[in-house]
Amino acid sequence: MQSSTMDKAKTPTIIRELNFGEALQEAQLQTMESDKSVMVIGEGVADPKSIFRTTEGLVERFGPDRVTEMPLAENGMTGVCIGLSINGFRPILVHQRIDFALLSLDQIINNAAKLHYVFDGKVTVPLVVRMLIGRGWGQGPQHAQSLQSIFAHIPGLKVVMPTTPYDAKGMLNSAIKDNNPVMFIEHRWLYNLKGDVPKEPYLVPLDKANVVRKGRDITIATYSHMTIEAIAAAKELAKHGVEVEIIDMRCVRPIDIDPVLASVKNSGLLLVLDTGWASCGVSSEIMARTAESAFQHLKKPPKRITLPDFPAPTAKSLTDDYYPDAETIVQGVVSLVDDEQKLPSKKICEAVRRTSLRDIPNPAYVGPF
Amino acid sequence: MKSVDSTIDLPALYHSMLRIRRAEEAIANRYHEQQMRCPVHLCIGEEAIAVGVCASLTTPDVVYGNHRSHGHYMAKGGDLNAMIAEIYGKSTGCCGGRGGSMHLIDNTAGFAGAVPIVGGTVPLAVGAGWSFKLKEEERVAVVFFGDGCFEEGVLHEAMNFAALKKIPTIFVCENNGMSVYTPLTDRQPVRSISGIARAHGLGVYTGDGNDIFEVAHLAGEAIAQARSGGGPQFLEFKTYRWFGHVGHEFDDDLGYRPDETPQFREDRCPLKRAEAALSQNYGWQDGDFSAIEQRVKEEVEAAFQFTFDSPEPNPNTSGDHTYAE
Repeated sequence: MQSSTMDKAKTPTIIRELNFGEALQEAQLQTMESDKSVMVIGEGVADPKSIFRTTEGLVERFGPDRVTEMPLAENGMTGVCIGLSINGFRPILVHQRIDFALLSLDQIINNAAKLHYVFDGKVTVPLVVRMLIGRGWGQGPQHAQSLQSIFAHIPGLKVVMPTTPYDAKGMLNSAIKDNNPVMFIEHRWLYNLKGDVPKEPYLVPLDKANVVRKGRDITIATYSHMTIEAIAAAKELAKHGVEVEIIDMRCVRPIDIDPVLASVKNSGLLLVLDTGWASCGVSSEIMARTAESAFQHLKKPPKRITLPDFPAPTAKSLTDDYYPDAETIVQGVVSLVDDEQKLPSKKICEAVRRTSLRDIPNPAYVGPF
Repeated sequence: MKSVDSTIDLPALYHSMLRIRRAEEAIANRYHEQQMRCPVHLCIGEEAIAVGVCASLTTPDVVYGNHRSHGHYMAKGGDLNAMIAEIYGKSTGCCGGRGGSMHLIDNTAGFAGAVPIVGGTVPLAVGAGWSFKLKEEERVAVVFFGDGCFEEGVLHEAMNFAALKKIPTIFVCENNGMSVYTPLTDRQPVRSISGIARAHGLGVYTGDGNDIFEVAHLAGEAIAQARSGGGPQFLEFKTYRWFGHVGHEFDDDLGYRPDETPQFREDRCPLKRAEAALSQNYGWQDGDFSAIEQRVKEEVEAAFQFTFDSPEPNPNTSGDHTYAE
C-alpha cells in the first residue's frame, strides 16, 4: 500500500497495456485533474459515444462547464477557444474529422498562429485542436482526408501525429502544457492498437522524431498509421536479410530531420511514407531537407509512397487499392535495395499481403509495436 | 438629443473624442510624407461610438477592435505614444513594429487587440466573456465591428454561442452603410440588422451613433445588463465614415456616395453636436474650447515626437515571438 509520504521516486512505475484511444482519454482526464484551466470542447465530447470513447467519463467527472458540447460552428468556436486561451484557460477543441476543421482555417491561421507574433509576445494561445483522420467503411472524399500539410505550412502552429499509445498520452500531455496552438492529429485506424502506457503522467516532446527500428540497409521516414505498415513490412524483409531503419517522425511541424539525416548517412537510401498526398506534402518536406543536407550520402534518388493524386473514393472496390500498405512498402524497399534482383519479392509481398477486408482496420495489427 | 444629462460626464467624453479626432487628423496630415508605411483606416466622424461605449467600461473590461480601431484603442485608454510609434513601425510601438495600424493592443488599458480580418476578433470577445463568466468575474468583453461584418458567418456563430451560454459580451455594430465602397443596399436585403441580433437571443439597442449622449446612454444600459448576468447585448449605431475606406483623404471625387458633401459631414459631426451642448448647457466659452484644444494638440505632438525619437526595431529580431516559450 502506498503511503502518502512515500518518496515519489521510489513509487514503482505502473505500466499497463492501453489502446491509443484509452491513452488519449487518460491524458485528458489526468491533466484536467491537475490543472483546472483545461477544458474540452467539441461536438460529441459529452455525448454517449464520447469521440470514440476518448472523452469518456470526462463530463461526469468535471461537469459541463469544463466538458462542453458545442454548436456546429467550427470557425466561431475556434475563435471562442482562442479567446478562452488568451484569458487563462487551456482549451482542447475536438473535431471528429479533420475535414470539419477546414471551416476554422481562418481562426487557426489568422489568429491562433499569429497573435503571439503580431502582438510582440503580449498574448499567448495555449490551444490544442484534436482532429481525427478517418479512413475506410466508405468515408469518402470529405471524411477521410489527411490534411496535416495544410497546418504544417503555417509558422506559429505546432503539428503532431503520434503513432503509439505511449506517444498519444505523452504528446497530448505536452500539447496541453504547451503555450502555443498545437494541432494534434489522430489517425482513426490507430485507435484500437495497444501498447505499454505508464499510469503516471509523463511528457513526450513535440519536436523529436523516434527511431523505432534500427537497420543498416535503408531508411524509412514515416509517421502515424504508415509507421504500423512499415513495421509489418520491415519484419518480413528482415527474414530475407534486409535491415530497415524506421523513423517515426511523430511531429510534422517542427519536423525533426536530424535522425533521418543520420540514418541516411549510414544507409544511403531513403523511402518516405505519408498518409496524405504527395504534392507539397510532408513527404516533400522530408525529401527536400534530406536533399539539402545529405545529398552526398544518397546512393540513389529517394522514393516516396503516398496516396494517389485524387480524392478518396467511397465504394469498397474503388478504395481497396487507394491506400498504400505493407505490401506497397515492401515493393518500395525492394526497388531501392535489390539492384541484383536476388530477393524473392513476390514471396515477401505475399507474406505481408492483407487477406482480410481492406476497408476496415487490419485485425492483424493489434500491438504492442 | 437630450439637453442636459447629469449621468454623463460630457466634458470628459468630448475630450476623448477630440483626442481621437486630432490624432487621426495628424496622421492624415503627415501620411503623404510616406513615413507611415502601412495602411491606415481612419474613424474620423465615428468617434462618438468608441467613446460613448468605453465610457461605461472599467479598465479590467476588455475591448476587441478591427481594422479601423485607432478610436477604440484610444477611447479604452490605450497609450497614444505606443499607437503612433506602431503606425510608424518603431520599436516602441505597441506591437514592436509587427502590427502597424491594423494590429493594436494595450493589455494594461484593457484593449485586448485589433486584427483586420473582418469578424476575426468577434469570437475572441465571446471567449474572453466566457472566461470571465467561468471565473465568476464581473468583467465584460466588448467587440466593435462594422455593418460588413454582419455578413460574416463567424459573427452569427459567435452570437449564437454567446446567447446559449449567457456570456457577458457586448457586440457593437458601427453601421456606416459602407463596406469599402459597396453600399449596404448592395449587400443585404431590406431588413433590420438589430432584428436579427434579437432573433439570436441578444438584448438589442439601436441609436444615432453620432450622438454621444445616445451612445453613452444605450451602451451604459447594455453594459450594465451584461455585467449583471443578462447575457450578451447588441448595440447598433448608425454613423458616417468621413474619409475613404483606407488612406488619409476624402474621396468625394469617386462619386460612390452621391449625398456626400462637406455639409453632410458637418451635420453629422459628433464633436460639433457635443460642442453645442457644452456651450448651451455647460456654459463653455471660447477659452474653454481653446484650452482643451491646446491640451490635446500638445499631447498629439508629443506622441509624434516620441515616435520620431524612437529607434527602429532590430531586424535580427524579426522572427522572434513566432512561438511562445
